[in-house]
Amino acid sequence: MAGPTRRRSATMSFNLLVLTCLGYVILLFAVASAAERSAAEGRARWLRSPVIYTLSLSVYCTAWTFYGAVGYAARSGLEFMTIYLGPTLVFVGWWVILRKLVRIGRENRVTSIADMISARYGKSNLLGIIVTLLCVSAGTPYIALQLQSIAQSFTVFAADTASTSLAADRNFIAFWVAAGLALFTIAFGTRNLDVNEQHPGVVMAIAVEAVVKLLALLAVGVFAVWIVAGGPGDILARIDAQALPEWHIQPGRWTGLILLSAIAIICLPRMFQVTVVENTDDQHLATASWAFPLYLFLMSLFVLPIAVVGLEIMPEGSNPDMFVLTLPLHLGQDGLALLSFLGGFSAATSMVIVASLALATMVSNHIVVPLWLKARAAQKRDTGDMRLLVLSVRRLSIALVLGFGYIYYVITGGSAALAAIGLIAFVGVAQIMPPLLGALFWRGASRTGAALGVTVGTVIWFYTLFLPSFGPDVILSARVMEEGLLGLAWLRPYSLYGLTTLDPLLHSLFWSLLLNALAFCLGSFLSFPSPIERVQGALFVDIFDRPGPARSWTRPAAEAEDLLPVTQRILGQSEGQQFFRAQAELQGKQGYLPDITPEFLEALELKLSGSVGAATAHAMLAQTVGTAVVSVEDLMAVASETAQIMEYSAQLEAKSEELSRTARKLREANEMLQKLSVQKDAFLSQISHELRTPMTSIRAFSEILMDSEGMSAEEQHHFAQIIHDESIRLTRLLDDLLDLSVLEHGQVQLNIGPALLRDLIDKSINASNSVQADRNFRISRNRDPEKIEIVTDAGRLTQVFINILSNARKYCVSDDPQMRISVRQRDGMVEVDFTDNGTGIPRDKQALIFEKFSRLTDSMQAGGAGLGLAICREIMLNLGGDITYVPGQGGACFRVSFPVELKPCEAAQKPQHKDAEAAE
Amino acid sequence: MKPPRKVQFVARESYRMRRLMDAARFLPIFGFVLVLLPLMRTSTDTEVPPTAVESTYLFIVWFCLVLVAFVMSLGLRRALDPPKQAQPPLPQRRNGGTDPETQRDDVL
Repeated sequence: MAGPTRRRSATMSFNLLVLTCLGYVILLFAVASAAERSAAEGRARWLRSPVIYTLSLSVYCTAWTFYGAVGYAARSGLEFMTIYLGPTLVFVGWWVILRKLVRIGRENRVTSIADMISARYGKSNLLGIIVTLLCVSAGTPYIALQLQSIAQSFTVFAADTASTSLAADRNFIAFWVAAGLALFTIAFGTRNLDVNEQHPGVVMAIAVEAVVKLLALLAVGVFAVWIVAGGPGDILARIDAQALPEWHIQPGRWTGLILLSAIAIICLPRMFQVTVVENTDDQHLATASWAFPLYLFLMSLFVLPIAVVGLEIMPEGSNPDMFVLTLPLHLGQDGLALLSFLGGFSAATSMVIVASLALATMVSNHIVVPLWLKARAAQKRDTGDMRLLVLSVRRLSIALVLGFGYIYYVITGGSAALAAIGLIAFVGVAQIMPPLLGALFWRGASRTGAALGVTVGTVIWFYTLFLPSFGPDVILSARVMEEGLLGLAWLRPYSLYGLTTLDPLLHSLFWSLLLNALAFCLGSFLSFPSPIERVQGALFVDIFDRPGPARSWTRPAAEAEDLLPVTQRILGQSEGQQFFRAQAELQGKQGYLPDITPEFLEALELKLSGSVGAATAHAMLAQTVGTAVVSVEDLMAVASETAQIMEYSAQLEAKSEELSRTARKLREANEMLQKLSVQKDAFLSQISHELRTPMTSIRAFSEILMDSEGMSAEEQHHFAQIIHDESIRLTRLLDDLLDLSVLEHGQVQLNIGPALLRDLIDKSINASNSVQADRNFRISRNRDPEKIEIVTDAGRLTQVFINILSNARKYCVSDDPQMRISVRQRDGMVEVDFTDNGTGIPRDKQALIFEKFSRLTDSMQAGGAGLGLAICREIMLNLGGDITYVPGQGGACFRVSFPVELKPCEAAQKPQHKDAEAAE
Repeated sequence: MKPPRKVQFVARESYRMRRLMDAARFLPIFGFVLVLLPLMRTSTDTEVPPTAVESTYLFIVWFCLVLVAFVMSLGLRRALDPPKQAQPPLPQRRNGGTDPETQRDDVL
């Protein structure tokens, strides 16, 4: 910054002022280019710090707010605060709208607010054009306003010097300011193309200017409060003393303007540029949520004091819009005045730079480039190098936008009407709000609705506010203003449908937004969106949920070789090749040509849209790829695919459960088989042993008998007896085996007849008493329930009972062995439980005891070969019943169940059932 | 397709975070109501509006909003999703990976 001059004269030399400005601008150039250089080298992370981000947001405070706020306060009291309160509310409520907006903007590489709207509504260029035109028509007068304020501030300084003629020529000043700003914006705004429309140099310069204008206003404010007035208390008293009846807060305007400025902070193209496009990190928004309101707070803190002091001190009739500048000058504070001048200069230039950059991006991406592409396509000519084209177009657009601003300024001649243009522009850009909110929160919002809404709103804004603002007979004739269009009274611009109580601004805001929203909603209700629109809608609205595989490309028909040239034209040769190579690598391929998958096209389109906007990028790819754009059927296919996959996975789950069940069964069966195999081996060795023992003794004793010379008859008889016994034992063993075999194959002849169960049990007990007859075995039974008439093979059943009772006598380990026999009848079946008080059968053996050849002990008691229970079970199965082991009865407990009346067919069926079981 | 089912009950930490988000959504509404209060106080009967008092009130409300937003932003920072973790390393936002600064941004 140039140092303040020491001269105590009332005014400064015009030349010095110009020199100061030039010095300041050179400083900005230096800052911006240093920032660009740092960013290019990848260092200076602080360039992208939240502080810089917050400061860059201050482009909201233009010269209109820097100078104009004081004038506004002098005229209307506190109402100037509404312009800052709306943005404050939006920023402290960042979680609701801004967070989503910024995230969507960054992930879709949105280049401007027109691009945002066009991308959301099916990458429609028509919408892009509409929004661009609206923004340009609202933005150009606003730029003119900034030029005016700079020119005005120059003339304030140079009022009495020799260079008055030069300084008084405001058009001359405005022209050079516009030219200089165009140069600056072109230099730092269009340096290169593929930077996702982010401009570190511009942002840095804006941040510096933000600090300058804040310091300037604070300095003037501190001067007014503590040096001119006697501190805060004094200033409050002066405020009340100076208060005018017009300073009453008007409820309608107060509320309406807060809402309007809240909308504007989101929708103004330059605000969208710094808030969304230049944003690099969500975290920055968290800082800005309180830091930006704080900045606004400080900017407006001294507005009213300056206004009051100005009203008091300055001569009658001086322009309150210039108090910030004229107050220090009037009091001989040239240095302070210069600082304040630089503050105003900063506010104006930063706004012009960002606004023209944002507008130029829109104009080039949505109007010039698409037109040019269309013309080329019509001539069937190659598109050539797009990079240079887009950059040139953008440079030209910046010059054009600033040129428009300048021309606008010259034509309106810096009239007082220009001062009102700030709020008028706010109402203009507010027309973007309904489709923007729809884009963020309403999936059903459609392109037709958005286009209709914005168009209707813009037309109403033009007719009721923008055109009349020039004054009667400039564009709208006084007659139209007085009597309405075509003489229809209800079409009077300032009172449509006879709404006369609202002031023109609120009147226009009310009607334009109402009809805009109405058209938007109706259009969305009645139209059917294209598939891309629906994909984009889901992508935008559900940005935090990361929706499934929604995409706008399918079955692409192009070759990578066709796409590479197109990409190179926009990104540049090396950059394009690098991108292709990286994508190929991502697919696991070598070289520069990746497979053309929908995912690849998606990434490529995103990359290109960072340079030329979503609509143009999509159109260019569509031209090359053909019309392989997603269709409604594809969308539904994707949805049903997902559903199918879910169903399939449910089926798989069920199947795998079934499989694991089967595996468990198989494992059990396998374990059983292994145990059986071990048993069989054990049995074979045992059976041969069993067979061999009697055979050996038979052979030995028969040999002794053969040499029977010196043997008494008694001895002979004894030996013969032994041989006989052993043969019987052998026979019994073989009988058992044969019996089992017969039973297993169902060839047994059953001798079915009536019998009394009690008799059978009596007989069994008597028969088993011979086993280990020395053991005293107590048997407890209830004879009454045993009185059941049964029809079955009594002999076989008795055999089973005897076997169980004998086993108990043999194996029951107890000092006082007992046996309880209980009989029950249930559902035509008889159940007989034999429970002893021994140790029972260990758990791991329970499954095996009914198998053939199984023995609990190795002891060869009673000469059994482990066939007894196996035979019992076969018998019971043949009798249509079963024998089971019941665990947990305080000893071994066998339950024998059989039908009361055995029918021959049942008996015949049993073996088949058993075969089936074995097959399982 | 159906959105992933949302969890119905969450742990204490997440519960606090969600209520903080609710508060962040309500803050602008409360703020709006507070700055509308002067409307209900002024009566057009008095010749001159009490501008000094009202401006003091408004600036206090304003500053309180800034303070509350500051405190909330400390907590809400943690709730911001870590950007671009689920995304593949490409596409990146700028220069396809030649710019280390954006790479760092992506990692953060």
